Amino acid sequence: MTVPRALQRISDTVWELPASYKSDMRVPARIYATEGLVRTMDETVFTQISNVATLPGIVDCAHCMPDGHSGYGFPIGGAAAMDTETGVISPGGIGFDINCGMRLVRTDLTLDEVRPKLHMLVDRLFRNVPSGVGRDGVVRASDDEFREILEEGAAWCVRRGYGCEEDLRRTEEKGCMPGAKASAVSQRAIQRGHNQVGTLGSGNHYLEIQVLRPENVFDADLATALGLGIPNQVVVMFHCGSRGFGHQVASDYLQELLGVMERKYKIPVRDRQLACAPFKSPEGQRYFAAMACAVNMAFANRQVILHRIREVFTDVFKKDPADLGMHQIYDISHNTAKLETHEVCGRRRQLLVHRKGATRAFAAGMEGLPAEYAEIGQPVIIGGSMETGSYLLCGASSGKDTFYTTAHGSGRTMSRTAAKKRFHGKQLQKDMEKRGIYVQTASLAGLAEEAGGAYKDVDEVTRAAELAGLSRRVAKFVPVGNIKG
Amino acid sequence: MPFRFLDDITTADVAFEATAADLAGLLQAAADATLAAMVADPASVRTDVTRNISVEGDDVGLLLYRFLEELVFFKDAENLLLHVRETRVHESDDGILTVDAKARGERIDHKRHELPVDVKAVTFFELSVEETQDGWRAVVVLDV
Repeated sequence: MTVPRALQRISDTVWELPASYKSDMRVPARIYATEGLVRTMDETVFTQISNVATLPGIVDCAHCMPDGHSGYGFPIGGAAAMDTETGVISPGGIGFDINCGMRLVRTDLTLDEVRPKLHMLVDRLFRNVPSGVGRDGVVRASDDEFREILEEGAAWCVRRGYGCEEDLRRTEEKGCMPGAKASAVSQRAIQRGHNQVGTLGSGNHYLEIQVLRPENVFDADLATALGLGIPNQVVVMFHCGSRGFGHQVASDYLQELLGVMERKYKIPVRDRQLACAPFKSPEGQRYFAAMACAVNMAFANRQVILHRIREVFTDVFKKDPADLGMHQIYDISHNTAKLETHEVCGRRRQLLVHRKGATRAFAAGMEGLPAEYAEIGQPVIIGGSMETGSYLLCGASSGKDTFYTTAHGSGRTMSRTAAKKRFHGKQLQKDMEKRGIYVQTASLAGLAEEAGGAYKDVDEVTRAAELAGLSRRVAKFVPVGNIKG
Repeated sequence: MPFRFLDDITTADVAFEATAADLAGLLQAAADATLAAMVADPASVRTDVTRNISVEGDDVGLLLYRFLEELVFFKDAENLLLHVRETRVHESDDGILTVDAKARGERIDHKRHELPVDVKAVTFFELSVEETQDGWRAVVVLDV
């Protein structure tokens, strides 16, 4: 991989492309990673994060997380805060899968209790949580009901009996992003998504039964505060987003903003995937309202999936979710743009923070955290590959420089075609079973593409994020059951 | 087959090159590639239902983007996998390009269709459509 000569080492984990790297960069671009991770980053990461630094109204720096890799417009792992008066909003800073995110649920169960029923559990989850392509969701919503979901998010689901108030409290934005207006969304987007509430999707989306082994607790106090610490405790983690609906919202507005970016707002188009419009423009405001709808659709999607998971556990263990201690730890998005207030040069400013393949990681005491986490900081859920494990982190006060943003996952290092050549789905499934991971998948070819060997080392990513002060490691979970979409 | 998948453009997604003698053929070849990204064996997709596709664009890149996006739309909105046929392109006096095509296919049948990835979107990343000595060539990256 080629690291640009202009890349300066600021510290062991902070690297900078100065604003002089490109003539139109308004601010420097910073990459937070160990030297090992920087050297594995593809060249596009440096091109894309420095392109981000050219966007009007960008504040302080363009940031790239340790799991940074090539994306569209922003790199995956890119974060940028824009001034709300002078800055832009860009679909390329959010991603096609708006509010793709992670949800983590604890249980009181141990691996010894789960192991004898693991196959039954995974098979039933596979049956009850639709996954793969072309599967209709759990919720049958009319177009009008779907529009309600877009404006109310996970709260709509809880009102209909899919979950409880505690779930909402422990979801970023309480499961409903303000400013959503269904009128800003195209009929095509609604047609693409209205049958997909309660579906996992495909690709790198998954649902896992995982175990917290005692040796994988990094911070026992934080773990206890988050409801973890029973030896070999079982948790459930899943990763999915706003499905076809969010993809269509992104595609619709990518084209719309591309149409006005240069012609109406005189912003040069460096990369069409970085299409943008001033945040306060009519087009920018409409995209923001539509994006919030997709954020809410994803929160609702994950809320319904959680409900299904609880139903399956209740069915298999013949106990209520409460008796199984099935509490949501947190739900976090890693593809959004949000209005947040941050201190910049001693002044509190409202900013539009884009995070694309990057996760908000608020520190203790910050606004927007549930009361139970006010003193420890915001939980951050990091999905690893299906073979290697996933992490729970917490926000840290030292994350101020990145507007309290950290990594989101491990990031691919091998193309899908190469992975399919290297790994064989059926064999991989057998090998994983021998290692104690029972997998059900909608597609064996798709399974091969998601092999652990195709991903960056998630241990190194979370270690780098901690060394850079972006977040603290709480615990690592290893999979024992996996449903791959 | 006038398309091939490319391995050196994107790590996380799917890229392909399509070639044809004319623009209409190029759009059809790109549609074939998109179907081949969605379903492991495109020949397993029967042609029971028909959908008409008609999109326009100011330039060939946008035209191709919107044309392929139709296939992504039908896959989610109606669970349809579609072979694109009878593709025709015309240009208006003011330079607007229109493509009309018949798309024939069927609803996803999980017993017969192996669907390795979910194509989320067509992207502008490295998107190129160019006239060559032999006809036309396009490179497209699909977000999956």
